[in-house]
This record gives sequence, C-alpha cells and structure tokens, in this order.
Amino acid sequence: MTLVVDEVTKHFIARGQEVAALSPVSMTIETGEFVAFVGPSGCGKSTLLNMIAGIFQPTSGQILHDGTAVLGANRQVGYMTQMDSLLPWRTVEQNVLLPLQIQGQSRGESAERADALLRMVNLAKFKNHFPLELSGGMRKRAALAQLLVYDPGTLLMDEPFGALDAQLKLVMQGELLKIWEDTGKTVVFVTHDLTEAISLAQRVIVFTGQPGAIKHESRIELGRGRDVFKVRFAPEFHDYYETLWAELAPEIHKGEEL
Amino acid sequence: MSLKSDPLDGADERPNFKTAAVLAYEAQASRRRLVLRVLQVLFGVAMIGFWQVASGTLVDPFFISSPADVIETLRRWVIDGTLATHLWITLYATFSGFGIGALVGFTLGFLFGRWDAIATIFDPYVTALYCLPKIALAPLFIMWFGIGIESKIAMSAVIVFFLVFLNTFGGVRDVSQIYINAVRIMGANEWQLLRVVILPSAAAWVLTGLKVSVPYALIGAVVGEFMSSNRGIGFLIAQASGIYDTAAVFAGLVVLAIAGASISAVLKRVETHVLRWRG
Ligand SMILES: Nc1ncnc2c1ncn2[C@@H]1O[C@H](COP(=O)(O)OP(=O)(O)O)[C@@H](O)[C@H]1O
Ligand SMILES: [Mg+2]
Repeated sequence: MTLVVDEVTKHFIARGQEVAALSPVSMTIETGEFVAFVGPSGCGKSTLLNMIAGIFQPTSGQILHDGTAVLGANRQVGYMTQMDSLLPWRTVEQNVLLPLQIQGQSRGESAERADALLRMVNLAKFKNHFPLELSGGMRKRAALAQLLVYDPGTLLMDEPFGALDAQLKLVMQGELLKIWEDTGKTVVFVTHDLTEAISLAQRVIVFTGQPGAIKHESRIELGRGRDVFKVRFAPEFHDYYETLWAELAPEIHKGEEL
Repeated sequence: MSLKSDPLDGADERPNFKTAAVLAYEAQASRRRLVLRVLQVLFGVAMIGFWQVASGTLVDPFFISSPADVIETLRRWVIDGTLATHLWITLYATFSGFGIGALVGFTLGFLFGRWDAIATIFDPYVTALYCLPKIALAPLFIMWFGIGIESKIAMSAVIVFFLVFLNTFGGVRDVSQIYINAVRIMGANEWQLLRVVILPSAAAWVLTGLKVSVPYALIGAVVGEFMSSNRGIGFLIAQASGIYDTAAVFAGLVVLAIAGASISAVLKRVETHVLRWRG
C-alpha cells in the first residue's frame, strides 16, 4: 500500500483569481510508515491530504495509492479532517457506528467495537450526546473513534489533536502510537506542533510557505516502541527539534511578511 | 460539563447531573410555565367575556353575534351531523392537497437542489409562477376539475407545493460538502449519501416548509369552497353570510381556527423530536 505523490500541484480559482496552493510536490510513503507534515498555515497541507483522499483532483501530476491512481473518493483511507465532520444530527455513538453501518456490518459486533473505542477516547459517558453538546476537544476525540472504528489501512489526520489540552493530547498521542504499532497502518499526520511531529513520526516533512513545496525531510530515529511521555527528554530529540526548527522558522516569518 | 464529573449512574446512559441546583432550576422553570399558562387561559376567557358583554350593549349582535349564540350553533351542528360532514370534507381536501403538494414539492425541490443545471434552466419560470397569487388560479381549477372536492384539493396542493418545493430546494442546497466528502470516503454509495447526509441535513428546512404550509393547505381548501361548492366549512361560512347568519359565520371560523391550531400543534411536536440534535 505505498502512497506515491508524483509532481502534484494544485491551483484554486477563487474570486476571479488563481491561487497556487501547492508547487510540484513528490514523495513516496511506504506501507506502515508514519509520516508527519509540518509547515506554515496556508502552505497546502490540508489541500494535499484532500487530494490523497480523492476529494478533489490535482491540477497537474498524479497520486497513486497501491499502484492505482486516485480519481474519486479514496476508500482505502480514513480521513480525520481539520474541520469538524461529525454529523450533527447523529449522537456520538451513531456517528462512530456510521462507517460500519455504511459497510453493512452487523449491529451487535459494531456496537461492541464502537463501545471499546469510545472508552478509549474517554467518551463512553457521552455516547448519547449530540456533537453540538460537546466541547471542541470532545468532538475531536469522537472523530478519532470514528476514524479507527472501521480499520482503514491508511490514516490521514489533519491536526487531529490541536484542540486538546496538553495532558489529553499526550494520552491520545500514546494511543495513536500504540494503534500504529499494533496494526501496521500507514499514517499521514499533519500538525503545527514540532514536538508532536518528532514524538510520533518516523519521518517529518517540512513545507515552505505558500505555495507549498517540500523544503526539508528528517528521518526520526527514536525507535518504534517509543514512549511519547519520555521521548521528548532524549538528547537526540533536541537535535531533531533544532534542525527542524531552523528549517521551519524562516517559512513562518515569510508568511507574516506577506 | 466536565470530564471529571462522576457518573451518578450507569455509564451507558446520558450522564445524569440532577443535583439540587438542577432540580431547583427545573422547579422554577415549571412554575413559570404554569403562570404563563394561566395568563394564557385568562386572556381567552376575558376576551370571550368581553365579546359576550359587548354584544347587544356596545355593538349590534347582527354584526358580531355573541359567544352564547355561536356555541348554540356549534351545538346544533354537532347534534345534527352538519359539523362532521362538512369538517370531514374540508379536512379531506386539506390533507389530500397537502399530501400531493408536499410529495411533488419535495421531489422536485430535491432534484433542483441536487442538479444545478435543472435549477438554472427553470429558475425564472418557477419564480414567475411562485409570484402569482395562487388564489387567482381558483377559477381555473373550478373550470378544470368542477365544483367538487377535486378543485379544492388542487388549490391547496398548489399552495403547499411551492412552500415545500422552495424549502426542500434550499435545504438540499445547504448540505455541507464536508459531510458529503466524509461519508463518501467511508464508502457510501449515492443512496446511502442521500439517506445518511442529504435527507437529515435538509430535514430542518423541509419540516419548516411542511409546517408553514399546513395552514395554507387549509386556506387553499376553504378558498376553493368559498368560490363554489356545496359542501365543506368554507361553504357553510359562505352560505351563512348569504343569509346574514352571523352566529353561523363565527361558528365556521371557530371550527377552522381550532382545526388549524390542532394540526400545527402536532407538527410542532414532530419537529421538536426530529430536530432535537440542534440542542
Ligand atoms: N477550496 C478552496 N478554494 C480556494 N482556495 C483554497 C481552497 N482550499 C484551500 N485554498 C487555499 O489554498 C491554500 C492552502 O490551504 P490549505 O491546504 O488549507 O493550507 P494548510 O492546511 O497548510 O493550512 C490557502 O491559501 C487557501 O486559501
Ligand atoms: Mg490545514
């Protein structure tokens, strides 16, 4: 299930102007790899994930998932979008069950799986609530349970933990790492938090400011069975942080000057 | 609501945080509701009392009849079966018209909402028809369908059609692309997309359309009956005014008002239930 991004660009036409969101970008993500994208906001990270998910097509270039071009909604991925995509007219539990229901799975087993995931994200008590009755962080956790419930081979996650408080973020990061290690899923993870990127990923890709292009790549050799709580105190962690920050910082300032 | 609050009972239920403060708050709210309800009833009683007193003292009963006479007329209608026969006819026309108008309006509204091209092509024609006063169509319907119940059904169907059509159209247009994309990636086919996202999302609009159109369905049927008919509450009113029987005119109006209010109350319940997610 390699994911190949081949010379992909994206231009948007909005209000009579052409906006270049992404300069040519190429990368290969191996099956089972955990990759993080970091870059200033507006550099096209969400746009790239949307194209991997098949929500819209690249302006040029192509995306191959497991050898086949992604031309419509990519059903091999689970996508946790940056924006809230829980259906507001369904309760938390009904939302988590939705992917299973769409795939026509039996109710009993589905309910058990959903229960287990809701407990994992600490929302069991709120399963009969509607999304509008939850805080932003709770909605993110419900979306995470929904993402994991149907076991897609590839997870696309767009700033999934951005809205969580620091402690909960650590807990969720730990859970994600455990799931990744246990299942061997491919994970593409967008974040604006360098610490998060280094603690989780095997490879961190830094994007330039808009229009985004790949500026730098670091392989993070902190081992697979790492502990998100402790890994940040490893001496190598600081080296990675400094290298990546040196690449990222000028891009952020570039954005501000515009 | 904090994550750290202890669940008071089963972890499977909605969390139950009925503390003393909650109970006090609820008690106060229910006292308030009671007071308002009492005021509501008092107002009605006062108005009817004033009407009764004014009739014959301030205003000639020829123009305003009186509650006692109206009730007497209603009593007679109930006993001799007049009410049942005519009310049934009017309600039958109302609901048939409502059903037909709502079904066609919903279907077309949905198609127009999903297919941009259709909407663009037909937009000016729909707008032009919408702007016509529907009442002006009544003579046409009487020519086409006769003075029987069919012309009344047609009348109320046309009025309901536009309201439901426009609301369904708006509702389907309003469905967020984010939800559509999310559900597509989960593997939904077009039918599932319709059932899981588009219909529930448009439900608020569609329900508003349905709710607003019920009184209009009744109006449509009654207007048809005014113009020409030999049965129905509208016919009763028209006939009574022809012979200056003010009490019977008011009795007919009272029946229409009660019928309309009852139907609206039922729809409000349905709406509250379906839209409970909006919190
Ligand atoms: N649907 C769209 N229409 C027009 N412009 C868009 C659209 N989506 C994104 N953009 C533009 O593309 C650029 C990249 O956006 P995005 O991918 O959301 O950035 P990021 O996720 O890195 O913050 C931004 O300038 C944004 O305004
Ligand atoms: Mg983004």
